[in-house]
Amino acid sequence: MNRDSNVYTFTFATLMVFVVASVLAYTSFSLKDLQNENVRKEKMQNILSTVGIQTDREGAEKLFNQYIKEQLAVQSDGSIDSSVNVFKDVKLALELKKSPDTQDFPLYVAEIDSEKFYIIPIRGNGLWNAIFGYISLKEDLNTIKGVVFDHVGETAGLGAEITQDWFIERFIDEKLFDANSNLMGITVSKTNNDPSNLDKTDHEVDAISGATITGDGVTDMIKERITHYVPYFEFIKSTNSIAVVSNNNLNLN
Amino acid sequence: MSKNKVLLTDPLDDNNPITVQVLGICSALAITVQLKAAIVMSLSVIAVMAASNVTISILRDLIPNRIRIIVQLVVVASMVVLVDQVLRAYAYDVSKELSIFIGLIITNCIVMGRLEAFALGNGVWRSFLDGVGNAFGYAWILILVAFFRELLGSGKLLGIQAIPDFIYEMGYVDNGLMLLSPMALITVGLIIWVQRSRNRKLIEQG
Repeated sequence: MNRDSNVYTFTFATLMVFVVASVLAYTSFSLKDLQNENVRKEKMQNILSTVGIQTDREGAEKLFNQYIKEQLAVQSDGSIDSSVNVFKDVKLALELKKSPDTQDFPLYVAEIDSEKFYIIPIRGNGLWNAIFGYISLKEDLNTIKGVVFDHVGETAGLGAEITQDWFIERFIDEKLFDANSNLMGITVSKTNNDPSNLDKTDHEVDAISGATITGDGVTDMIKERITHYVPYFEFIKSTNSIAVVSNNNLNLN
Repeated sequence: MSKNKVLLTDPLDDNNPITVQVLGICSALAITVQLKAAIVMSLSVIAVMAASNVTISILRDLIPNRIRIIVQLVVVASMVVLVDQVLRAYAYDVSKELSIFIGLIITNCIVMGRLEAFALGNGVWRSFLDGVGNAFGYAWILILVAFFRELLGSGKLLGIQAIPDFIYEMGYVDNGLMLLSPMALITVGLIIWVQRSRNRKLIEQG
């Protein structure tokens, strides 16, 4: 056999590709369940960490079931589609490709020590690839309780730093809406005049040097995602105020 | 036998891939902040090098000369993907931490270097030993560097506090510079210094 002939070279390459592809496909297929399980539990871990509950992966499922009381598929008009299994079936990456009218907007409601928190998954584009995370709001639907960010392929040491504690801590207690209930979002700002982040009503946090595009991506994804929940928030607020009014009436009586 | 033994021991000291051949430096900088990541990276490199050396050695009489580099690359890349998949299933945290560096094993010059220089021309068993030997040579330097960087940089070893509280109370502060890449180079430099002062064979005539 002439090892330098074209026929031999092409045959070898074809066979090699075929063998390698089969081996990799087989491995990927047989490990898929274990990997998906890890991803699923990490999702629970992330959701819990926005409301201040840190847990390892093994304990995540139990705590998730304990604290997360509701999993809602909010529609763009503010109604709830109760036929959707939010945690399992709603993939934000796919939802984002649809028009907002037909999207399901996942919302997790946590209850800790009789305090309610609303957790919203967010997703957008960084510099190289998708960035995503969760943002949890306090009962006023305005103040941020906590956030968590992750990314697919931002630059290590620059954009990838959005996952770090020192960055996500800047969002805590910031407000999403201004005094007139207009959605301001949170701007990751390079011209922030409040580097120690004492002013929690400026709708700004300090950006990371060298991570401008990733920072802008964070800004955009927060605002874009939250916009779609506003009708539902109005609905909750109106029902809550009715509840408050009726409580007051009770007190008067 | 002693000839085979040399294949294992030579890369540990006299012909160490990092300190003597100065290969694989980039990963030595990147993943030596924590001991745990360095250990997993070392194990991954050992697995990849042993497996790809053996594979190439088995195929060495079949590989067409003109596409041998491509074949080596495909073999290394698929081994790396296998390691990545296994880590993702069984050591998810570590795989997230190492993320791109696992992929970068493909570009680790040590792996390709040994395939081209050794496995293409030697038997399966000797290639296996050569792969394992070189990977261990890489591994022990990596782990040593990580040991000092984690100990002095964050006062921990394998994530557990190693420097007792009373030393901190006396005014000791962790050295943040140890966590940055330059100190990895300096640590490797110190190791090379110690090694050369001990090992006469490495002293250049000049």
